[in-house]
Amino acid sequence: MAQRINAALIGSGNIGTDLMMKSLRSAEINPVWMVGIDPASDGLARARAHGLKTTTAGVDGLLPHLAADEIRIAFDATSASVHHENARKIREAGVVMIDLTPAAIGPFCVPPVNLAEHAGRREMNVNMVTCGGQATIPMVAAVSRVQAVDYAEIVATVASRSAGPGTRKNIDEFTRTTAHGIEGVGGAKRGKAIIILNPAEPPLIMRDTVHCLTATTPNQQSITDSVKKMIVEVQRYVPGYTLKNGPVFDGNRVSIYLEVEGLGDYLPKYAGNLDIMTAAALRTAEMLAPEITAGAYGQTAPQSGARS
Amino acid sequence: MRTRKIILHDMCLRDGMHPKRHQITLEQMQSIARGLDEAGVPLIEVTHGDGLGGASVNYGFPLHTDEEYLRAVIGTVKRAKISALLLPGIGTVEHLRLAKDLGVATIRVATHCTEADVSEQHISLARKLELDTVGFLMMAHMLEPAKLVEQALLMENYGAHCIYCTDSAGYMLPDDVKARVSMLRERLQPGTEIGFHGHHNLAMGIANSLAAVECGAARIDGSAAGLGAGAGNTPLEVFNAVCHRMGIDTGVDVMRLADVAEELVTPIMDEPIRIDRDSLVLGYAGVYSSFLLFAKRAAAKYGVGSADILIELGRMKTVGGQEDMIEDVAINMARNKQ
Repeated sequence: MAQRINAALIGSGNIGTDLMMKSLRSAEINPVWMVGIDPASDGLARARAHGLKTTTAGVDGLLPHLAADEIRIAFDATSASVHHENARKIREAGVVMIDLTPAAIGPFCVPPVNLAEHAGRREMNVNMVTCGGQATIPMVAAVSRVQAVDYAEIVATVASRSAGPGTRKNIDEFTRTTAHGIEGVGGAKRGKAIIILNPAEPPLIMRDTVHCLTATTPNQQSITDSVKKMIVEVQRYVPGYTLKNGPVFDGNRVSIYLEVEGLGDYLPKYAGNLDIMTAAALRTAEMLAPEITAGAYGQTAPQSGARS
Repeated sequence: MRTRKIILHDMCLRDGMHPKRHQITLEQMQSIARGLDEAGVPLIEVTHGDGLGGASVNYGFPLHTDEEYLRAVIGTVKRAKISALLLPGIGTVEHLRLAKDLGVATIRVATHCTEADVSEQHISLARKLELDTVGFLMMAHMLEPAKLVEQALLMENYGAHCIYCTDSAGYMLPDDVKARVSMLRERLQPGTEIGFHGHHNLAMGIANSLAAVECGAARIDGSAAGLGAGAGNTPLEVFNAVCHRMGIDTGVDVMRLADVAEELVTPIMDEPIRIDRDSLVLGYAGVYSSFLLFAKRAAAKYGVGSADILIELGRMKTVGGQEDMIEDVAINMARNKQ
């Protein structure tokens, strides 16, 4: 078994806590720290119960310990606005950052589409787009690898309970970052993203609809085959990723109807939006882990510029 | 009822975009806006039916961009102010800034009735841009009055000047409106206005709007000739005439508005705006009114009943914006029939 590399989780909310529970099972990633700001956080309590070290002083509470605890990778599950500062401090310390906020400072990673491209690039900050992006960009890519997509649009519907305060405070970040990911990673010439929050009880399982407008008449068989193959790729890390209907062909419109059920690690299974995000982030970290262990990132200890 | 002044807000160039599949021409918009302006309607909403940025596969691509529509109408009216709708999750602050730059006076930030906290960035920016700022709580029948007030207080706290109780499904009965509007009036700041937006799916548009005025609402939405989603909005020319009879001051000329409805709006309808079976189901089952045409189209394509699709969407507790679920439901129904 490969050596597990030590990781810090920044953010003790739904995403950070779910990611902790997944990484506790990882063969490559060893969660050592969880960083929060709220002493009453349930996530921090759970982290302590699982033997992680915790701080309520934000990222500054973590920085002095990075070297001694040999933290080689950090996950940021705070918010886009907080991430900018966290990213700078973590980068100065020479630690690789996987960014789960929509800040999008670093290049986008959607594992089944472009994880391999990130290998060997020594990027110090990799961004996971958004939950809606992780759920839909693989499908946009599945169409665009068959033929040119002039326009792709996604509608992500999530249970109100699974949308945290960060998402709600800056919902525009979601639409903007997802649209960029649809273009940059999905391969559509133009992208648009829509997010809907539904408060129904019992909560609905995340639904995602992907509409692509192809440049020429869609090749129905090739697109259907490509979509089904991509579904299997995503199911490797999110088993509850399901094609409910489609692809539907209507002129140049290709519509794909998805449901994303989570593993239910922290939040219940309906929160597939959180699950696909944390599963994708962990998968990215696991891919980078051997390179980090092999010293490809050239860092052994925090640089002197690190603040305490 | 004490005599009071209310603001009529016309919807036919925004909500009316739904039955027109967002294909109203610039010339039609301009002539209707000019007519409304001359009749004395003080506020006219203009955008894609789903608000700024609504142009999409999911909701339909409009004949013109929001920018083209707003530019055309703002350049046409002399007295009336123009409003624009924005649904966070669909439109963004960039759209809001664009609307401001084009001369929009009122921005209406719409969320599902339980999700007011997604409107903070848009409402606070609209206030900063010195726009008349409205918080628009949609599908308000789905939330009990006390909880609706909690959501309204959030929007008021972000900076909204006016909070709407929005009956998107045309489901409410006058007592439902009274319970909500009176509690909003009681609990919000005296300086915060209350508005009501009705749909006519159960023919309650006028009765509900009167109930709202009786309980303190100062802004009432309606649409000339009712042009709007489902069985349309509260027919504005009818409501205006009723207000005149009751001594409620709207400042709008009864016959001139009736002329606009008859001569300018009715002729552009693709189908009569009436309570057909599907619209009745919207109101009866509490389903978002703009699902109507999507359900009819999906029913025809997949050989299933449009009313059955709408009932299923009601059972699923879908909210505004989930138009994508209509084709999904129709496919499932067709599959289950086999």
